[in-house]
Order: sequence, then structure tokens, then C-alpha cells
Amino acid sequence: MLPILQIGPLAIQTPGLILLLGLWLALSLSERAASHSGLNPNQLYNLVLLGLLGGVVGARLGYVLRYPEAFAASPASILSPNPGLLDAWGGTAGALLLGLIYGQRKGLQLRPTLDALTPGLAMLGVAVGFSHLASGAAFGSPTSLPWGIELWGAIRHPAQVYEIIAASLILLLFTPNGKIAWHLRTLAPGLNFWGFIALSALSRLIMEAWRGDSEIILGGVRVAQLAAWLVLALSLWAIGRLLFQSGSTILETEG
Amino acid sequence: MNSQPTPTSQRAPRILPGRGAWSLFSLVVLLLSAAWIWLSADPEGATTGGMIPAPRPGFLAPDFSLPDTEGNLTTLSDLRGQAVLVNLWASWCTPCQAEMPAMQRVYEEYKDQGFTILAVNATQQDSQAAAAQFALEKGLTFPILFDMDGSVARSYQMTALPSSFFILPDGTINEVIIGGPMAEALLRVRIEQLLEER
Repeated sequence: MLPILQIGPLAIQTPGLILLLGLWLALSLSERAASHSGLNPNQLYNLVLLGLLGGVVGARLGYVLRYPEAFAASPASILSPNPGLLDAWGGTAGALLLGLIYGQRKGLQLRPTLDALTPGLAMLGVAVGFSHLASGAAFGSPTSLPWGIELWGAIRHPAQVYEIIAASLILLLFTPNGKIAWHLRTLAPGLNFWGFIALSALSRLIMEAWRGDSEIILGGVRVAQLAAWLVLALSLWAIGRLLFQSGSTILETEG
Repeated sequence: MNSQPTPTSQRAPRILPGRGAWSLFSLVVLLLSAAWIWLSADPEGATTGGMIPAPRPGFLAPDFSLPDTEGNLTTLSDLRGQAVLVNLWASWCTPCQAEMPAMQRVYEEYKDQGFTILAVNATQQDSQAAAAQFALEKGLTFPILFDMDGSVARSYQMTALPSSFFILPDGTINEVIIGGPMAEALLRVRIEQLLEER
């Protein structure tokens, strides 16, 4: 765990630094994937940057709308750099809105664009795992297994390491030059993206079992597993739809 | 964006079975996943339940007893039932200085509703006189405590100043904010959330 990197008088928050590095690598991978999907890499780069901008603005606006009284008492807080004043739903809406407007204007096709974004998203998954390792977040449940690590007052499953391993394996499957990515691209545009979503959901569903910070509901069921199950069901349905939307011709036309 | 698929120039080999087989595969995956969710359910609570002291949300806030400017001891666990903000700070730390006026304003506003601030001065990295002088100049009325031997800094694994710990009335940490200055709106929202738990 290394939450702060002290360089002279500078105290840099390591998880944030890791996420920034992850974002840069993600953009590089997605740009490479864009050319494989017949897209202009520069347009994809702009799409991601605009999405990020929309995400930040939307997240802050969403937070202001959720807690107007707090900001009425302190209007200057609207421009505060505090990351704690962001709303996830507002951020998602802002990112999607700006991304969709840009995509429409540039005539970007949805499925190839999602495929091109897939290796970037997979890279971000690895970066999130490392940021969790640095901050001690997403920690594991207590264990007596020999590979347990001491964290937050107990010997625990190294859940962050499991997360990094799973995300890295998924990244390997969806690297832009990989055979699997190529096969899926040729089967149907969009399969890379939904395949990534399905595997990510499955991995979360499996590994949540060893997390020590799960939110639980009646009967001890972990909320994240339920959410992952629903996402898995949706992605399996989407994959089936992409595979069989034009009958079975895609699968049966061997050259 | 357009949702039409891009025409592919290459055709894939015949590697997958038909629609029925895919549906069966999906069903099996979803059933096995549901079984795993049931098997890995934790009726005892997958979280710590606030039993272990650690400077992390969901854990019990590590306890301490520290002297204030008049030498009176204040003990964190004596404040159970109140929403508490533990703020680790130093008088030379610019972001600490910047957030103190907002902390004073919210303290004045919420102190009668069961909220308090414990401003724990990292005295090993500061001086008691400088901290007391700073509090006097800024008109801070919340308790200023002196962590002379650095034990609180260690138990809260302090890595940067300021570090703020929002503590629920039951003594568990709700949120940790490392660095600053905290915006006043952030303080207001978090305090309201803590007070809702009373």
C-alpha cells in the first residue's frame, strides 16, 4: 500500500497518478484498435477526451443539483477541485451526452467505436486494480491462507491482486492485435465490447466472494454480485443478438 | 452515432454452434453464477461491522485521548452518539490554513445538532505555541488537540496534511479525505449525512 508518493515537498496521491497513467495507456491502445476497426484514431481520441470533459462537468453539475442548499451557502464550492463533490450519475450522463453529440457529428458507428474502446477499457481495469492496491481500497476478507496479506488490522485475501490478475487476463484477450479480438471483429462488430463486458462482469461476480468491503443485503447476498449477474445476463443476450441477428450466415460462411 | 454494423471484408471460420446452443450455454452460465452468489453469501456480514480499529471507511475510528490548549484531555470514544470530524493539521500547512475558516463556520452552524470537530495538531511536526497562536488568530472555537508523540498520526496512518476523518455517531469512519482544502459545500454535505445517522 502506497497511498502517497512523497517527492520532496510534493505529496502526490499515488492512486490518482496510477489512474492517469492507466488512462494514457488506455488511449494509446484504443487508438491502435481504432485503425483495426476502420475508424480514425484522432476522432476516437477526441471522443474520449470530450467524454472525460463531459463526465467531469456533468458530475459536478449533478452534485450541485443533488445538494443545492450546500452550494447556496457556499457558491464558491462549485469551482472547488475536491473530487468528493462529484456525482457518478451526472458524470455518466455528461460523458454519454458529449460523446454522442461528437459521435453523431463525426458519423462514428456505434459498434466499431465500442470495439475500439474495448482494449482501453480493459487497460483501465488493470489500472483501477493497481490504484486499489496503492490505496488499500477494495480490500479482501480475512483469511488464514498462506498468501494472505496484513491490511486494516487483519490477515486478508489480497483481493486487489486477484483483481489485477483477472483484469490483466481480460486485457490479454482483447489486445488490439490479438487473435481473439480479430476473430470477434470479423464475426460481428460490437462482439469485442460485449465480450469484454461479459467477462468483466463474470470476474467481478466470482471475485467479490473474497472482498471484505462488500455491501450486503438480506441473507448476506453481496449487492455487487447481483449487479454483475444482471450485467452478465444483459451482455450474454447482446452477444447472442449480435451473433444471430442476420440468421446464422455469419457463422456458416467459411472462406 | 449510427448503429449499423460495419461491413466486414473477412468471414470468420465456423466456430460456434447455433442459436439454441448459445441460449443453453447462457442459461448454464447464469445458473452457475446464481449458485455462486448463493454459495458465497455471507450472513455474518462481509464487512468488518466496525469491529476493528483502522483509519478506513467502515472500520472503527482508532481511539485517542489528547490534551487541548488548556491541558484538558479529550477522548474520542467519549463522543459516541455525536458526529465527529477528526482533522489532522499543522499551522504551517497551507491547505490546512485554507480550510479552517470553512470548518469554523460549519462548526458554529452544526455544533448544537450533535456535531463536533477535533482538530488534532501534528505537534511533532509543528509547535504547540504556533498552533495555539494560529487558532487564536483565526478565532477557532472547536477543540484544538495536541498529538505530542505522534501516536494519533501513526494510528491514523497519516501520509499527508491535512487528513480528515468523518466519524459516524456509532464510532465508525464514514469517509476519509486526504489532502485539502475541503470545500465548504463538501463539509456541509458530509456533516448532514453523518447527522442523518443519529
